Amino acid sequence: MVPITTLHYLVVAAALFVLGVIGVLTRRNVVIVLMSIELILNAVNLNLVAFSRLWGLHGQVFAIFVITDAAAEAAVGLGILIAFFRNKETVNVDEVDLLKW
Amino acid sequence: MNPTLPVGADYVRILPEIVLSIFGMAIMVLDPLVDEKKSQQLLGGLGLIGTLAGLVSTWIMAQSPGFAFWNMVQVDGFSVFFHVLVIAIALVLILTSYEYMAVQQLRAGEYYGLILFGLVGMCLMSSAVELVLIFISLEISSISTYILAGFRRRSATSSESSLKYFLLGSFATAFFLYGVAMMFGATGSTNIDAISAALNSGKVPLLAYVAMALMFVGLGFKVAAAPFHIWTPDVYEGAPAPVVGFMSTAPKAAAFAVLLRIIFEANAPGRFWLIWLSAVLSMTLGNVAALVQDNVKRLLAYSSIAHAGYILVAFAAKPELGAPAVMFYTAAYAAMNVGAFAVVSHLANENERYVTLENYAGLGRSSPILAGTLTIFLISLIGIPITGGFFAKFYVFSAALQSNLVWLTIIGVINSAIGAYYYLKIIVVMYMREAREEVPVLPIPLALRAALALTLAATVYLGVVPGRMLTFVQQSAQQLLQAEHTSAREQVGNAAVPRATQ
Repeated sequence: MVPITTLHYLVVAAALFVLGVIGVLTRRNVVIVLMSIELILNAVNLNLVAFSRLWGLHGQVFAIFVITDAAAEAAVGLGILIAFFRNKETVNVDEVDLLKW
Repeated sequence: MNPTLPVGADYVRILPEIVLSIFGMAIMVLDPLVDEKKSQQLLGGLGLIGTLAGLVSTWIMAQSPGFAFWNMVQVDGFSVFFHVLVIAIALVLILTSYEYMAVQQLRAGEYYGLILFGLVGMCLMSSAVELVLIFISLEISSISTYILAGFRRRSATSSESSLKYFLLGSFATAFFLYGVAMMFGATGSTNIDAISAALNSGKVPLLAYVAMALMFVGLGFKVAAAPFHIWTPDVYEGAPAPVVGFMSTAPKAAAFAVLLRIIFEANAPGRFWLIWLSAVLSMTLGNVAALVQDNVKRLLAYSSIAHAGYILVAFAAKPELGAPAVMFYTAAYAAMNVGAFAVVSHLANENERYVTLENYAGLGRSSPILAGTLTIFLISLIGIPITGGFFAKFYVFSAALQSNLVWLTIIGVINSAIGAYYYLKIIVVMYMREAREEVPVLPIPLALRAALALTLAATVYLGVVPGRMLTFVQQSAQQLLQAEHTSAREQVGNAAVPRATQ
């Protein structure tokens, strides 16, 4: 049985991060893009908590701030999405095309 | 961990933030209570008083420099400079918005509230010396600007620009955060002074390089530097014109303040090529793409990417030369760009109908005042003498030359020459071309006059007598660079205590 070290946590976090980035870049639906961003933020949290094993509580406190911020961002993001939906009746990223990319 | 409570001096050192928050909340609370017709004047006026109170409280804050809240906040010449800068930008924005909001028939309440809340974030960014606080304040400022970008709710372009800004912005913030987490892992602290001490003592871990790159992605997005600039033209085209003037200057200035702290004060590892590449890309892509634009807002968006590139040139220079050049440039750029967008937002008229280059034809005859002021701002953006833009560019390029960055300087100067073309194009269209369709020019209201006079005065002042400003930025840059030596040691001492108890 291999003992679980900080490195293991970091690898999981890096995997989550990559999944999140792929999600943001490939998904069409804005809600899923938002979820992918949350995934990256959770990768950050995992990193912070893992590093807390080495450096003390700072990281865990930081993780709580990140969770709070993620909530605020989701609230604003969905609000913006609703405003957008009222104008264009779509939630697909590839139909966000009035302004040329 | 630390049983002492914050003392009075701690609160004085975040006084502007407290004052601005109170005014912001007052506006939010009053908004549903007042009559819609009166709300414009009343809440806008309250916002204006709020920014003035913010300036006064910045002055009070400046009297007691030092650290506050257990080394989270640092008040020095550097943070005072950026406080004054962003609050002044917001003041001009509110003056411009008065008329704009009435013409666009937008409800005023949250608008002025959001400006003040965003301002709180930007002020805090400039005085934060702790990555946690930097992150929180970055988010306060970003979230407010996301909403402001979509404030013309009924317009499809505005809500689209807001959505794009939000999605890409939170994506970039996530990168920044990942970098912060890595930096915490590499150095064991989130305090910039402690990080600087850890990085300067012995071998720099590989993790710190990765962290630096990721943090640069996040901040590079906020300052619209290439290759993280893709969002800029779209967002600037769709967002309300006065807001664009605001968000192309104030959050950018605050993000540059953070970059200055992270890069120079913490003496970030492996920064040189990162910044060199980004500066060259921003200048070139921004200027070349601006050549073919026919929408004035979009053109100024590309120009703002190019200007971010010029500022980054100074980041590649030696710290003691680069830091004051950056500060001077952000101030000069703020004056001319906010002024230019004030003119654009006045001409835009209902539903932002008149924002193409074609609509500016014949402006020299139909409204000599507007055409004249816009010309001065554009001349300053080109960097012609007697305007602030000239000295801003001069200091940046001389800092680069003195640091032996010959190629970077050459590329920068060539780019300024390319840039002159599209700014001059606007001037030529205004004075030398006949208007094809009648573009109505509304009378200029008092508030807008004040806004234009302020920005014009600042632009010319920085171009004619830059001496006082220059000595001030040099002094405060010196404080910034010295801070690491004096406080780093005591910081490490403090940080060691909780670690030992673990």
